[in-house]
Amino acid sequence: MSSNTPHQAPYYFVPSPSTYPITGSVALLLFALGSVLTMNAIQGGPYVLGAGILTLLYMMFIWFRKVAHESEGGLYNKRVGMSFRWSMGWFIFSEVMFFAAFFGALFYARVLSIPDLASLEHQALLWPEATNAWPNAGPAYDGGPFTPMGAWGIPALNTFLLLTSGATLTWAHHGLLHDNRGQLKLGLFLTILLGVVFLGFQVYEYTHAYSDLNVKLTTGVFGSLFYLLTGFHGFHVTIGATMLIVILCRVFAGHFTSQNHFGFEAVAWYWHFVDVVWLLLFVVVYWI
Amino acid sequence: MAAIPGGADHAHDHDHHQPSGIMRWVTTTNHKDIGSMYLWFSFAMFLVGGVMALVIRAELFQPGLQVVDPDRFNQMTTLHGLIMVFGAIMPAFVGFANWMIPLMIGASDMAFARMNNWSFWLLPPAAILLTSSLLVPGGAAASGWTLYPPLTVQMGIGMDMAIFAVHILGISSIMGSINIVTTLLNMRAPGMTLMKMPLFCWTWLITAYLVIAVMPVLAGAVTMILTDRHFGTSFFNAAGGGDPVLYQHIFWFFGHPEVYIIAIPAFGVVSQVIPAFSRKPLFGYASMVYATSSIAILSFIVWAHHMYTVGMPVAGQLYFMFATMLIAIPTGVKVFNWVATMWRGSLSFETPMLFSIGFLFLFTLGGFSGLVLSMTAVDIQLHDSYYVVAHFHYVMVAGALFSAYAGAYYWLPKWTGHMYDEKLGKLHFWLSIVFFNMTFFVQHFLGLAGMPRRIPDYSLQFAEFNMISSIGAFGFGLSQLVFLVVVLKCIKGGEKASAKPWDGAEGLEWTVPSPAPHHTFETPPVFK
Repeated sequence: MSSNTPHQAPYYFVPSPSTYPITGSVALLLFALGSVLTMNAIQGGPYVLGAGILTLLYMMFIWFRKVAHESEGGLYNKRVGMSFRWSMGWFIFSEVMFFAAFFGALFYARVLSIPDLASLEHQALLWPEATNAWPNAGPAYDGGPFTPMGAWGIPALNTFLLLTSGATLTWAHHGLLHDNRGQLKLGLFLTILLGVVFLGFQVYEYTHAYSDLNVKLTTGVFGSLFYLLTGFHGFHVTIGATMLIVILCRVFAGHFTSQNHFGFEAVAWYWHFVDVVWLLLFVVVYWI
Repeated sequence: MAAIPGGADHAHDHDHHQPSGIMRWVTTTNHKDIGSMYLWFSFAMFLVGGVMALVIRAELFQPGLQVVDPDRFNQMTTLHGLIMVFGAIMPAFVGFANWMIPLMIGASDMAFARMNNWSFWLLPPAAILLTSSLLVPGGAAASGWTLYPPLTVQMGIGMDMAIFAVHILGISSIMGSINIVTTLLNMRAPGMTLMKMPLFCWTWLITAYLVIAVMPVLAGAVTMILTDRHFGTSFFNAAGGGDPVLYQHIFWFFGHPEVYIIAIPAFGVVSQVIPAFSRKPLFGYASMVYATSSIAILSFIVWAHHMYTVGMPVAGQLYFMFATMLIAIPTGVKVFNWVATMWRGSLSFETPMLFSIGFLFLFTLGGFSGLVLSMTAVDIQLHDSYYVVAHFHYVMVAGALFSAYAGAYYWLPKWTGHMYDEKLGKLHFWLSIVFFNMTFFVQHFLGLAGMPRRIPDYSLQFAEFNMISSIGAFGFGLSQLVFLVVVLKCIKGGEKASAKPWDGAEGLEWTVPSPAPHHTFETPPVFK
């Protein structure tokens, strides 16, 4: 590794030509075509989709491995580190805006479309039984009675789990900063464990909602928003937990120093972002 | 400013193998290669989208149905819009950004060279999805480029392909923009403070911010369409408590900043070209920066002026009307600054300057018709009429495209090392400007008289103007081939260009030789 050949990092780091990007492009094309075919129930679709996902995972594996090796090889100077910081910040901002679209849809449904459908005009012309209440599956919903998920059961527990995981991650970071690798490993492990337990509860909650509470993706605008918001959040927790596992593996491989560990910090930023999204979800989806 | 030692460009290559042939382009991490690919791709897509426009104009040459059936006509309007916005204009300016930003700020390359390659190579898959959707059962998306439900929830497999194409284009432009923002914030040569950056860099900083802010919102909107189509959700279905108007809100929250994503880099190019050919520094540099930023901020809070007719409270209509009119102020600042830059300048009228002046006149006209449309009471009459089509083609074609041509002619000597054929360039400009106005000016009258857009047939009273418009469109389309000839000739040969072929031009990009060596600024210049 870097210790026996101390490179002088170049002023600018420009990587050599690479086949990773085109691999990723082929992967996304296969993914898109496979999704289109699968959603329209055309034969062979799942295979194309599977090939796309596998290629994408392979590309991400070799690309991130390369970046980790370049970083550990001392090719990155402070300027590159600053570039990574800026880019991770902007990436998280783009993720915030993605969630903003769905939160916006939630507020729109609750503040505008549901009250409007229950207005006297609409009741007279379209759906006499439309009500202005939340949760609401719409005036023409006929899927049977449903019970929304209560906030103070599993969701509150999940809030507690995620907040704790933020604390354990910060504890791990302190371990890294003070060269206490044991604390770093334990903190990371606990964070991953809490994340996985969170996801397990989420899966349980979904099955519970489908089989007992009759809340489905097809339960009108409430079901749509509930599953898309919590689903995309859960997907992001999965990504975050996967990244934490990668970081833990890198820690076991001896990567990161108290000075140079932006890979760790980037994942930590991401994890806190996912945490904040959950808090918002807990308040506006489950609680009020 | 430091010049580049002539032989320095080989020092970089010794430690790794450089692929040749097609693999050079597939695997490249060089911002100049990637910039060139963006520019060629965008021109190819411009021709594809242009052919679709000609199909539309051929159908509208006469009343009645002659050339395509109405369903194909709708597919043409949809793909023409999507391809021109996401495939032609946006990649063209990203191409300029790739080529010129590192040269302008004295950096060796973009901040993330490999990701830069991926940003480009995501475009061809999206183009494949969009164009091949014409061949699937049911044809391509036929809803207009805005993809409004409930139409989009009902369409066939081509709609799904369009949705995934939009997703891939979004990933591409978000990555490209993160790269540009990071490069601009972190890679500037020592001494180049933010307020010393060339204005083109400023406009891209602001544009990239807009892209990162709104492309994910579009991704959210089309995801909701996808789940409404296939997974039984009710986002845009009133029976389930949703609302098709919700889509319009989300879409235009993306769509209005998108307009500026296209226009702001165009402002940047013009702000480089006009000072160069006026032989004067840009008038009011700081006010340009602030005006551009104001436009970007305002663009987030005016979206519903695209939706006056959906049924909005009067308070909402009034708010969106006045907020929209506010944009005229910073835009006016920019137009006055360009004019003031030319005032008492030592003007010369090479092709880049001609296109910039063409931009100035016609973009301002497009801005004025936009002001007309911003008035709710007027817009309710003009909504979805040919007046709107005329308006946005004045800002998209005579605005963004003309500015892209200005930039291309301006920097061609730097890219190829040769001067382009000035006579052919001027021919290209005059043909373009005459045919452009012939195509689109008459559409104002058509719209005021009540001709609706996106309809393949029309009432007899509109026949003359449509015929003029169609002849103009074919003339415009054919005259763009002149540009292809100019570029090919310029690449092959021509008068050798010096490092700074324009005597009034300023900036670090003119301190490197023409053509710019493969690697530049491997050690940063000192900028004073």
